[in-house]
Amino acid sequence: MRYAMAIDTKKCVGCSDCVVACQTENNVPHGYCRDWIVENVSGAYPIVEIELRSERCNHCENAPCVRCCPTGASHTVEGGIVMVTHDECIGCGACIQSCPYDARYSHPDGYVDKCTFCQHRLEKGQNTACVDVCPTKCLHFGDIEDPYSDVSLALKNRSWKVLAPEAGTKPQLYFLT
Amino acid sequence: MKEELFISGRDIPNIDPFLNIWHWQIPLYLFLGGLAAGIMFFAGLFTIMGKEKEMATTVKWAPFLVPIALVLGLFALFLDLKHEMYFWRLYTTVRMGSPMSWGAWTLMLVTPLSMIWSATYLKEAVPNWNWKFKMIEQTIGFFTKKRREMAWAMMFLAVVLGVYTGILLSAFNARPLWNTSILGPLFLVSGLSTGLATIIWMSKNKTERRIMSQIDIVLIAVELFLIVHLFMGFLSATAVQVEAAELFLGGQFTVTFWVFVVILGLAFPAVLEILELRGFHIPIWIPALLILFGGLVFRFVMVEAGQITRYLY
Amino acid sequence: MKTRREFIKISAVGAGAAAIGLSAVNIAGLKLVNAANDQTAVSDEEMTSFPTYCEVCFWKCAGWTYVDKHKNIRKIIGNIEDPHCNGRLCPRGTGGVGMYTDEDRLKTPLIRETVNGEQVFRKASWKEALDLVASKMKDVANKYGPESFALFNHGAPGEHFKHLLHAYGSENEGEPAWAQCRGPREVGFSATFGSWIGSPEPTDIRDTNCLVLIGSHIGENMHNGQVQEVADIIGRNATIITVDPRLSTVASKSKYWLPIKPATDLALLLSWIHVLIYEGLYNKDYVEQYTMGFEQLKEHVKDMTPEWAYGITTIEPSIIRKTAREMANAAPAVIVHPGRHVVWYGDDSQRERAIAILNALLGSWGKRGGFYFKEAISVPKYPHPQYPHPEWSWKDNLDGKYPLSSMAITTELLAASIPEFEYKHQIKAWMVAGTNLPLTIPNKELFKTAAEAVEFIVVVDTMPMDITGYADVVLPECTYLERFDALRAAPHREPNIALRMPAVEPKYETKPSWWIAKQLGERLGLGDFFDYDDFSEVLDWQLKKMGTSLDEMKKIGIKMFDRKSGPLYLADGEEYHFNTNSGKIELYSTEFAELGFDPMPKFTKHPEPEDGFYRLIYGRAPMHTFSRTSNNHNLFDLMNENSVWINPKVAELWDLKTGQKIWLQNQDGIVSTFPIKVRVTERIRWDSVYMVHGFGHDNKKLTRTFGRGASDTQLITNVMVDPMMGGTGMRGNFVTFITENPGKEAEA
Repeated sequence: MRYAMAIDTKKCVGCSDCVVACQTENNVPHGYCRDWIVENVSGAYPIVEIELRSERCNHCENAPCVRCCPTGASHTVEGGIVMVTHDECIGCGACIQSCPYDARYSHPDGYVDKCTFCQHRLEKGQNTACVDVCPTKCLHFGDIEDPYSDVSLALKNRSWKVLAPEAGTKPQLYFLT
Repeated sequence: MKEELFISGRDIPNIDPFLNIWHWQIPLYLFLGGLAAGIMFFAGLFTIMGKEKEMATTVKWAPFLVPIALVLGLFALFLDLKHEMYFWRLYTTVRMGSPMSWGAWTLMLVTPLSMIWSATYLKEAVPNWNWKFKMIEQTIGFFTKKRREMAWAMMFLAVVLGVYTGILLSAFNARPLWNTSILGPLFLVSGLSTGLATIIWMSKNKTERRIMSQIDIVLIAVELFLIVHLFMGFLSATAVQVEAAELFLGGQFTVTFWVFVVILGLAFPAVLEILELRGFHIPIWIPALLILFGGLVFRFVMVEAGQITRYLY
Repeated sequence: MKTRREFIKISAVGAGAAAIGLSAVNIAGLKLVNAANDQTAVSDEEMTSFPTYCEVCFWKCAGWTYVDKHKNIRKIIGNIEDPHCNGRLCPRGTGGVGMYTDEDRLKTPLIRETVNGEQVFRKASWKEALDLVASKMKDVANKYGPESFALFNHGAPGEHFKHLLHAYGSENEGEPAWAQCRGPREVGFSATFGSWIGSPEPTDIRDTNCLVLIGSHIGENMHNGQVQEVADIIGRNATIITVDPRLSTVASKSKYWLPIKPATDLALLLSWIHVLIYEGLYNKDYVEQYTMGFEQLKEHVKDMTPEWAYGITTIEPSIIRKTAREMANAAPAVIVHPGRHVVWYGDDSQRERAIAILNALLGSWGKRGGFYFKEAISVPKYPHPQYPHPEWSWKDNLDGKYPLSSMAITTELLAASIPEFEYKHQIKAWMVAGTNLPLTIPNKELFKTAAEAVEFIVVVDTMPMDITGYADVVLPECTYLERFDALRAAPHREPNIALRMPAVEPKYETKPSWWIAKQLGERLGLGDFFDYDDFSEVLDWQLKKMGTSLDEMKKIGIKMFDRKSGPLYLADGEEYHFNTNSGKIELYSTEFAELGFDPMPKFTKHPEPEDGFYRLIYGRAPMHTFSRTSNNHNLFDLMNENSVWINPKVAELWDLKTGQKIWLQNQDGIVSTFPIKVRVTERIRWDSVYMVHGFGHDNKKLTRTFGRGASDTQLITNVMVDPMMGGTGMRGNFVTFITENPGKEAEA
């Protein structure tokens, strides 16, 4: 079982609902965010294109942040979700250095924090907060090893890309283009 | 024109707009670690070669700095931790994939070892030193006989320590400037060189200074060679690494690096040492200080610049 | 110069210190959401949820407020049964928690006082404040008649204060929604179809095959249900045609983006009408059966060819024809969207008429994928005595001007407050509830003069918005999360109601609007109009009459009802009576003709910017609404200031870089009080600049957002008034750039 997320960049309007829903669901402190929106503009007026991406931790299959953690606080749980055990984290920042996606941050309370794929909700059979709130329904989530899951169906018949594949981390966030 | 920007207000402290989560504590620790490794290596080397008497500073006196350097370095590291009350977690596990874990355990071995080494010479350093407890007296006595074994251990651990300070950075592929295997050897050689500089500065023995200077000149040459290859490697690698190299070839770190690290920290002291060997009298503290200063600046620059380099955005 | 009413920016020592002390105690006792002890997420099972509907914007999505064991509001989630949001709130709704936790909230009633020659606010008790307001209202009634008391409002408080106002004897209530927003489209569509568009718009987007947007920036405006439906049709590759000088988000997802020259949309619309008629693409059966005036229209657009429009709009004739054909192909499942904020150039009712005519020619009105017939359920009125009949109302003051205004024109109410303008009837006092007039009304001078002229202003608000600086009395309302309000009974595909109930007790000393209205009513001797102790009694009475109860609604939040007015759509060939003079859809408007206005729209050229000036275009961001949310901490985190979008060629000319701060100066010499960051982007034309509305707040009590970004409203001094309904056209303003600090103090 491996959880993954597909983000339909054609539908995303960059409203940032996923950002604030995650913040209220996970009590993220002000000034910090576990997910964010990137706008990419290219061309010259009036031939211009925009790509909008809702990004977060990629819960990589080959996660450098798990590998480099000296205490094992950064670890993978069932479904490939990368988690941080708060009271095993010493706040050394190695994992932050190792993430090509800048997905982690140093929580004011000292430990390192990031998107958890709302594991506390998955356990109860709910979806992640961001997927549930998105008004354009551009976020698809599920077990990518299940061909009938929401995310697998979204990836079928659509072209997609991952970010920084050359970093070799095997990220599990797929951007439908 | 192209734009790529965050539109959800992301502005995380120390992460945006550039990663800046490691400050002075890390470069200082790397420097002190390298310095300690350098001193320990040569202390061990010359002990095995049987030259305790001729290379007294190397073998006996300089190593007193090692535990101090290591403790200071560890303290700096401790200060860098943001969840410091849990620091003991480092010692509850060994994680083979994490250079930081190796470092934690290596230091666990090196620090006591270096303290014991110096403890065995304490009576020579402080004439009326009394261990007070018979137990300690006997233990120190035991170790004094095992100096040769300790020397081997010290040499080995010194190399591990020196290389580890470089590998620590190069394990982070996400930072293109650090993503090179040259960094390990480079930091080791730099560490050995700073160790030598300290020994040369401390030593009153002309022969000792001569030998060390000769080694140092070779090491500096190696270092310069490695630096050249470092940049050649970047310039022929991926786009992000070319960009990383450009920070030093016209970018914001150009002057600091080439002037303070390469010229003042390596080339110029090397020249001074050559002149000294040729007979010109150069006040010894000048090249020594410059090498130490250059080593420190080198690590500061690498840590700061490395965090700026990235794959995305 | 001493003005009668100075804008009070900084809180008085007394009031400020007391307020801080009070709030510190409250914060310590209340354990805010982001308190250090509470780090982990709380599971839904450990929380209680209360139904509510959102008040952040006008869309009023129904949702559930989640409160944890310590009585903190943790999150707000959409009600899945609600057709407005389908279980998904927009970022403002999700960030509504921030409205509750905002430490800058108004906490106690405040009364204006002069201390040592300086005007300040002092803390007052509710009794004192309410007594003062009631006595002033009585004064006005005695001296000038109750009609001279006007109400400016927006949102839920309006229900309660309008009731009070009517009971008191006045009908002078104005909402910016009419003249500063959607008035022209109601006039244009009413003249054509005999029906307003209303709110929310009855656009059947989810089933449409072609959506045409004239300047509408769905996706940056967060009209929740519409954004959801647009996302659905993007998913099934329906055609979207966006007409916008800027590459809006939806324009970037459209099949056709027409980068039109600003102020020329009418020409494009008329040429589309020409193409549909002269290429025979219009919906012949529909036009035959339901419309009148076709021949006049045909004659009228004879010369309005795509070639003619090309010269005006810079849109190629081939594109004009292509897009017209796409629309016709999709008909009747096509929507030419009426937009919402449509007060642009003063001829907006006519532009909306053109949009309505287009829809009529395509036959989309009353059809699936076009416009459905909305229905709202009527909520029974809680019994009260008959309202007194006022001697005059705002319409009398217009003296025949703006004959098609069905709602009061805020700018006219302001003008009537200024004796120098010599209106027949004078407005002498105001209540402002839930609307931040200084950042809403263009031509700030008019507002300031009016505010200084009236004898008394009472402001009801949740936050120390800029309007509070002008008040004599400030009454702090609690947020929507802490109160009951009238039932939401908005029109939709199916009639439905939503309940708002408090999730927590009101913070500080704030009170709900219904309580404030009742307290004032009782003091004015109007107790009979408020024959209840708690508003929940009113709700229960109403709900029982509708076949449910307050208890049931507390559990379900939303209740759907069966349609009674007939099907959603017109059946093919069905007879239908439109509520116009002729009973048919009027392509030729008899209503307009009777009043001496053009019965069919004509294109007029509007002024263009001079050299070195750029047209100021403004709009929305999806994480904010009006100027209401800029201080909300959750939403401030998403966007903390606006920026001015400048085309790269223009930026090069002026040597401007992204991130640089500049001041804007408009054609009348007004300079923005605060600087604004530059964003150099290809998304905007070289003759215009764009900024998001709602920033540049001037009240220091809004500690987070004070001085962040610039106010577009401040730069809108040239107002092009629509002669038909009084709409204040705001897009005829041009700005230039000032790179050096002009050294202006934050103005009063």
